[in-house]
Amino acid sequence: MSPVMPSDFDPENAEPEGFVSPGLPVDKASTSGRLPIGDPEQIPDPAEVDIPDDLRDQIQAIVDKYPDRDHKGSPKSASIPVLWIIQRRYGWCTPEGIVQAAAVMQVTPAYLESVASFYDLLRTSPQGEHQVLVCTNIACWMRGGDELLDSFCAKTGADLEAAGHGGALSEDGRILVSGFECLGACDLAPMASVDERYFGPLENADASTIVDQLESGAEVLPEKALDRRGLAGGVADSSDPRVVDGKGPNQ
Amino acid sequence: MSEVNGNGGAVEETRVLLRHAEDPKMASLEGYESYGGYRVLKKALKEIEPEWIVGELEESGLRGRGGAGFSMGKKVSFLPHTDDAKYLCCNADESEPGAFKDRELMQRNPHQLIEGMIISSFAASIGHAFIFIRGEYDEQADILDHAVEEAYEAGYLGNNILGSGFNLELVVHRGAGAYICGEETALLDALEGKRGNPRLKPPFPAVQGLYGGPTLINNVETLSNVSHIVANGADWFKSFGTEQSPGTKVVSVSGCVKRPGNYEVELGVTLRDLIFGLAGGPLDGHEIKAFYPGGSSSPVLTPAELDLPYSFEAMAEAGSMLGSGSIIVADDSVSIPRMAKRTSKFYRHESCGKCTPCREGTSWTDKMLERVCTGEATPMDLDIISSVQDNIMGNCLCVLGDAMAMPVSSMVKKFRDEFEETIAEEAAKTWSFDGLEAVDGQEPGPGGMSQKTLRRERLAGRSIPGEGVS
Repeated sequence: MSPVMPSDFDPENAEPEGFVSPGLPVDKASTSGRLPIGDPEQIPDPAEVDIPDDLRDQIQAIVDKYPDRDHKGSPKSASIPVLWIIQRRYGWCTPEGIVQAAAVMQVTPAYLESVASFYDLLRTSPQGEHQVLVCTNIACWMRGGDELLDSFCAKTGADLEAAGHGGALSEDGRILVSGFECLGACDLAPMASVDERYFGPLENADASTIVDQLESGAEVLPEKALDRRGLAGGVADSSDPRVVDGKGPNQ
Repeated sequence: MSEVNGNGGAVEETRVLLRHAEDPKMASLEGYESYGGYRVLKKALKEIEPEWIVGELEESGLRGRGGAGFSMGKKVSFLPHTDDAKYLCCNADESEPGAFKDRELMQRNPHQLIEGMIISSFAASIGHAFIFIRGEYDEQADILDHAVEEAYEAGYLGNNILGSGFNLELVVHRGAGAYICGEETALLDALEGKRGNPRLKPPFPAVQGLYGGPTLINNVETLSNVSHIVANGADWFKSFGTEQSPGTKVVSVSGCVKRPGNYEVELGVTLRDLIFGLAGGPLDGHEIKAFYPGGSSSPVLTPAELDLPYSFEAMAEAGSMLGSGSIIVADDSVSIPRMAKRTSKFYRHESCGKCTPCREGTSWTDKMLERVCTGEATPMDLDIISSVQDNIMGNCLCVLGDAMAMPVSSMVKKFRDEFEETIAEEAAKTWSFDGLEAVDGQEPGPGGMSQKTLRRERLAGRSIPGEGVS
């Protein structure tokens, strides 16, 4: 699931010359930053855009899931899920990826770009191989979310100021550290979402462990993963005398 | 049954939605069916009239669990009885700070939600249903994807469901990180593949919603209640809770408490039972100072209000709201002005920018609260903050602006002394007004200004006494 980024990626110079978006057909893949490829207000001609067959099928399958597939004009409901596909494949919403999606969906690249730039989780610049989102909203802040974010920045060398305002890459460019608004896991406060999985409650020292595990490819803090936890709260078991069974007469 | 703890709270949960939720099997179709799941759907499709279901939902008094607390049965009955394509959207965008109940319900028991959605769609003759889940809940979305697949394979979704002639398509749609998409019309825009901006109401979604068709939008927890009400009847449902707030509610308690978590209780239990009895009360050596009773959008309450019953009507009477049922507790170690700042920062970030009062109001409130927290404000700024909140409320297309204005103005009103103290304390860290000497080892600059103020003034290109324009 983790997007792939070349190991020689240089965060200081986010679009080095000859940078190649991983997974793209090589001849079409040179990234020229955020400058649009072709006219962003023209719907790309699918015959002129080089799109990997499996990507085309994936996008088409999503478009077909929505009822507006039969509407006149361009069906747009698939925009967000399709941008997710692009991001998972190329690591972020690359200009080439957006043109490929636009060609299959028959919308303009400018339109998809406008959608991608609205949502926090869709990135229009490189975001590294791993993403660490640290919640700094009310409940996590009360329990040390800011200090946790500091710890991640100290360990990775990501810029603290930038991490608190949309995210910053680690010194080696492999890990994105970002302060984030409420992730919906206040029971785990302070917590972080690491590669789209929730972990908490975290100590400041866990930041260092997590980063080491991400770098070595080991499983991240299994004992603090949300899916290993029981029901949130103190009473884990329905047979506990403090739980009244709300079973109805017909169940 | 109940156990009394030191704070006088009867510690008791009543589990209807979270029944057997601790069993990991519950997340699979097989496990759900072994506990009686999908039995009522089979019965409903064969023997029950859709009108009866709508009537029973209305009679049950089930109120929306997403925040507004509107009667679900009424919402269903508002859908026009025409042959137009109708839609059901489950709002699983749970992004309200403090709320994490829908995450638990989807993770532990996805089929309860799916069954509720199928029955609701059958009752309102809806052919397309969506679950709009926030993008951050990737794990839960994967669980839902799998559950929907299982339901299709078992014939509970798709064409001619269980031979009844009823068709329903269900799509799990992931958002991509925007609080505003929890607002129902912004959710519709996001589902249509647009930037999530709220729409002007009316027309309400029940008349003109997704793709311009009549659309029913309900929260995860609301829809999860449907199969239980249809199975056991409205009278059974009303045996839980209070007259105006029937049923049980999954309450998320977080912040400065010993056992943060989701607790399912009958509506009408006291806040003390919830916060002390179930969530364990404040951490040792601390006392509760304030709490949000219904997510970060609700005006804060103080310990004096702990003995109120937790119901829609009692919270409204106390000048706050039950909202999504999320309690965030702040103890005496928490600075209220800084909590207000966190709150405004969130809404400033999440404002979509469509309406001026919200876009500018959240931004300026955040800036003013920043000045409070750094000692650059004056007590008069607190009056300005309050008046800005008054000018946001009721003046926008959606309630995002109000959602900041309500808690912030309640904090300034109830904790004004603390705001003034914070201003004075922070100012004293930078300034010493006696003899205009800067403290913290900093020499005062020209005009007795602190180094920080000097820097700001120079950057702004303003003249500095004794220095001229730099």
